[in-house]
Amino acid sequence: MAKADFEIPELKEYPEIPPIQPGAMAGTKAYTAKPEMNEALGFPGELVGDWQEKAIEHMGDLLGKYRSLQVFLDSCVKCGSCTDKCHYYIGTADPKNMPVARQDLLRKVYRRYFTFAGKYFPKLVGAEDLTKEVLDDWYSYFHQCSQCRRCSVFCPYGIDTAEISMAAREIMDRIGLGQKYCNEIIGKVFKVGNNLGLPGPALEDTLEGLEEDVFDETGVEVKYPLDKKGADILLVTPSADFFAEPHVDGLIGYGKVFHEAGANWTLSSKASEAANFGMFIGSYENMRKISLRIREAALELGVKRIVFGECGHAWRVAYSFLNTLAGPWDFLDPNYPVPQHICEYTYNILQEDKDKPDEEKTLKLDKSLNDDMVVTFHDSCNVARATRMGDMPGGQFVIPREVIKAACNNYVDMDPDTTHEKTFCCGGGGGLLTDDLMEVRVKGAKPRMEALQNVIEENGVTNMAAICAICKAQFTKILPYYGMDMDMIVSVHQLISNAIILTGQQTEDEDEDSTGDDAE
Amino acid sequence: MSFLTIVFTALFYAATLLLVVGLARRIQLYWKTPAPLKIPTTPAPTTTGGVVMRMFREVVFFESLFKSTKWTWIFGWVFHMALFAVLFRHLRYFEEPVWAPVVWVSPLFKYMAFAMVIGLLGLLGRRMFVDRVRYISAPSDYLMLLLLLGIGISGAMTTFVAHTDVVAVKSFFRHLMAFSFDTMPNVPADFTIVVHLSLVALLMIIFPISKLLHVPGVFFSPTRNQVDNPREQRHIADWARKLEE
Repeated sequence: MAKADFEIPELKEYPEIPPIQPGAMAGTKAYTAKPEMNEALGFPGELVGDWQEKAIEHMGDLLGKYRSLQVFLDSCVKCGSCTDKCHYYIGTADPKNMPVARQDLLRKVYRRYFTFAGKYFPKLVGAEDLTKEVLDDWYSYFHQCSQCRRCSVFCPYGIDTAEISMAAREIMDRIGLGQKYCNEIIGKVFKVGNNLGLPGPALEDTLEGLEEDVFDETGVEVKYPLDKKGADILLVTPSADFFAEPHVDGLIGYGKVFHEAGANWTLSSKASEAANFGMFIGSYENMRKISLRIREAALELGVKRIVFGECGHAWRVAYSFLNTLAGPWDFLDPNYPVPQHICEYTYNILQEDKDKPDEEKTLKLDKSLNDDMVVTFHDSCNVARATRMGDMPGGQFVIPREVIKAACNNYVDMDPDTTHEKTFCCGGGGGLLTDDLMEVRVKGAKPRMEALQNVIEENGVTNMAAICAICKAQFTKILPYYGMDMDMIVSVHQLISNAIILTGQQTEDEDEDSTGDDAE
Repeated sequence: MSFLTIVFTALFYAATLLLVVGLARRIQLYWKTPAPLKIPTTPAPTTTGGVVMRMFREVVFFESLFKSTKWTWIFGWVFHMALFAVLFRHLRYFEEPVWAPVVWVSPLFKYMAFAMVIGLLGLLGRRMFVDRVRYISAPSDYLMLLLLLGIGISGAMTTFVAHTDVVAVKSFFRHLMAFSFDTMPNVPADFTIVVHLSLVALLMIIFPISKLLHVPGVFFSPTRNQVDNPREQRHIADWARKLEE
């Protein structure tokens, strides 16, 4: 079990809502960004002298630009419906991690400066001046929200705390109080092209390595092309897919699917990142700038379609915002949605394959190759509550599961209160996937860990498939804290990759007879 | 006209003006403020008809609250539905002749006052005794419930305990509505009706400057009123379009 200087929550058979412990997480603060990191994004380097005045001014600006913010700040009746819905509250018991209390950190300032009641009767309506203490609370608690939108599912007015925390982060950025993790990463995207700062040659090396690995394993030359002009499909995938485990096994899977489908596809060194942390910091301008790289890459390479790899918030920006931020996409093939998710791509092939005899199927999948696993699926928050796949509402739940089931014989769902639109965040989303927030991440993972523990005990689940780079990285790190094996996490397309029999591939049986060299 | 009648005349004109103008300005603000991004909480309807249905379920059945916590839902829903029933019945105090359906439901709907009070007491109990809800409550949150309880209880008392001269009250309001002051009757100086009318006027005044803005707010909530079709239709706000120039 991983070591920690804080208490690891105990997993229970039935979820419990803890009594409040005020101030439990007040000391937890994400590292602040260095001046040059803020400046690279167009923000002041350090906290500006007249930060109070400026913060109120920027709040006013955002209130005029975002209906969500204006309506959400006005409409809350403090019914308490959301108070037990946030994984960070459940895991930390800090009442300021209850969605409504988190919103109130901003709302009390909104009321003080923008409403009649708050201007003249502040005590009565809980309005407060924007003091240094309030700003400190903003910084602490708006970086303990993963913008997963679970609260918005249960709010009678659909109030989405993600919108509030995005606005708060944007205000803080604009007065020079940026968060290191997000702002540093966005800087890397602008400078190098991806979150991890992998330059083009490194990507090329990595992809060649993947081609060799797949060839060694299967005897088939599956290509992982980079910057191939005239390709039909541009694949935009989170940069973690290039080397992190289990992400890279997913990328191998996408490549095998494209190969079998005979697709002419490519990755791009310019758009070598699907993630868009501009969303986490609530900055429309930065989110737009990051999105435009994809447009440029698509135009330069002359592709006809854009497909996104497995990544949660990236799929939100792609599905919900890309058309707004970087559209219109009239230069792409109108027969396909822009963009498509890799799961939609694979699912469509599976659908076409359904009525074909085995030997004519595009994807030949041998489910028994995954028989060593009993798989469950973690719905990523952004995919579940902020996007769709396919034509039907809820396709984002059906399609990944169908893809998994096409590759696995043993599939089990977790407690329905923790899946589909009620899914719990992994604990590391929304710009929190950084070591300085480890306590929040571990505690926030509690509800998911609990549900996972239950299916492990009841159904013998061995692996949990995830569809998001952040989820995969977070779980890999967090599972050991709860005494579970980090290798439990698999990519959805890793399962496809395991089960796929490539055209011309030597099967295991033949292998055993002829060479038996699987001890390499 | 008695002093009380003069006060209530001024009070109800002022309250009505503040309510109507205040709400209209707020609705105009919500209307004019752009929603630059598609943010429906999914799964969301892919058609406008679907969104209308979603909003209907939200407003009439409190669908999201039902998914969340049954106690808050039952108290909240009972209170709101009883309030609507009571308001509907109150049309009899403003119309002449009274619309037939109002006449039909009146004998039954007068008991809705009890449902309303029970719902409010449930919500108040939850606010006082659930530690999480107590933590997020400001004084105004309690006072709002007490105000509504005061309205419900004083109103019920005029019907069930100390009958007031309801014909005079009705005549007073019909004169107010017609702006005819010559033959205006005096408002009965009964304690219950004076309390009832005063609290109602207060509620009307604070409506546009309080959390009661959830009433128009829910219809403007982008997570509930947006169609899930971002790939099919480009959605862009005017201020965002300027960035493209």
